[in-house]
Amino acid sequence: MELEGRTALVTGASRGIGRAIAVYLAELGAQVAVNYSSSEQRAIEVVEAIKEKGGRAIAVKADVSNLQEVEAMFEKVLNEFGDLHILVNNAGITRDALLIRMKQEDWDAVLDTNLKGVYNCSKAAAKIMIKKRRGKIINISSVVGVAGNAGQSNYAAAKAGVIGFSKAIARELAPRNIQVNVVAPGFIETDMTAALPESIRQEMLKQIPLGRYGDPMDVAYVVGFLASDKSQYITGQVIHVDGGMIM
Amino acid sequence: MIFEKVRDIIVEQLGVDAEEVTLDSKFIDDLGADSLDIVELIMALEEEFDMEIPDEDAEKISTVGDVVEYIKAHSKE
Ligand SMILES: NC(=O)c1ccc[n+]([C@@H]2O[C@H](COP(=O)([O-])OP(=O)(O)OC[C@H]3O[C@@H](n4cnc5c(N)ncnc54)[C@H](OP(=O)(O)O)[C@@H]3O)[C@@H](O)[C@H]2O)c1
Repeated sequence: MELEGRTALVTGASRGIGRAIAVYLAELGAQVAVNYSSSEQRAIEVVEAIKEKGGRAIAVKADVSNLQEVEAMFEKVLNEFGDLHILVNNAGITRDALLIRMKQEDWDAVLDTNLKGVYNCSKAAAKIMIKKRRGKIINISSVVGVAGNAGQSNYAAAKAGVIGFSKAIARELAPRNIQVNVVAPGFIETDMTAALPESIRQEMLKQIPLGRYGDPMDVAYVVGFLASDKSQYITGQVIHVDGGMIM
Repeated sequence: MIFEKVRDIIVEQLGVDAEEVTLDSKFIDDLGADSLDIVELIMALEEEFDMEIPDEDAEKISTVGDVVEYIKAHSKE
């Protein structure tokens, strides 16, 4: 199997896209740490689903925006698996509002989780990967970080930030054989998008050339490729998984 | 003693020969280190000598002798 003997940490893997990524990486043979911040039961279910298929996984609680919790999480993963080859920064939240109504808390919460969280986890992972002279960091951005979206200035700023951050560290870490790439999903069917009103969902659908919403597996397959040795010559890229919304 | 330990770490981190490493060797000019190499070297030294080297101090280090002096002055051992 492609990821046999590899270990992966997927943040925000208790639900949605993160869950699909965790399960798929395990199917490819990786041992997977399933991070969550509050949905403990859902995270345990993901671990069980992986074990049922003969894989190895653990659930680790940590709020990615909290440096102490992140450091404790990495320690736990190292104690359990002995190494870390793959980091997928997937944890993310939305707090939508038009700019003039956006509260500072909404701005801070989204930037803290979606951007500072990526910095916290990437830094901890890089320390391990640099020593081993290999590694894969895959960051989940969004079509919104590239094209913007009314009502999501905080989310767009954080997701665009993830792209700039990823390109900078892709250059820093390239001499150590660590590849850093970004996946930018479009409209994927998860709890995050289920919360949107039907009118907005219909409006979105019109902007998708392939004429359907995405499935979490559409994202997971790309992450699996970027986590594998087949993508050794790819770094600093943004791969769009959005049914053609961005071309 | 400290020099030998430091030399071994440098040999391992930078992939140079032990003979090349003297107290006068400059990390960047003589031993071919880049900025990331130096960060890694500092991390390895911190681990080996169980100490913290703040960034302000790390920036002042340019030769192997600087490192040995620094460790003599700050190490708990
Ligand atoms: N769905 C889409 O259409 C879409 C499109 C583009 C990009 N994305 C991005 O894809 C990623 C996953 O989205 P999704 O749709 O799968 O979202 P989701 O269904 O809402 O799941 C979010 C996940 O993130 C975790 N999480 C939230 N805050 C966290 C924190 N502070 N620390 C650790 N984990 C945290 C949640 O865990 P708990 O429940 O335990 O808090 C949950 O597992 C996000 O980065 C999102 O921005 C999604």
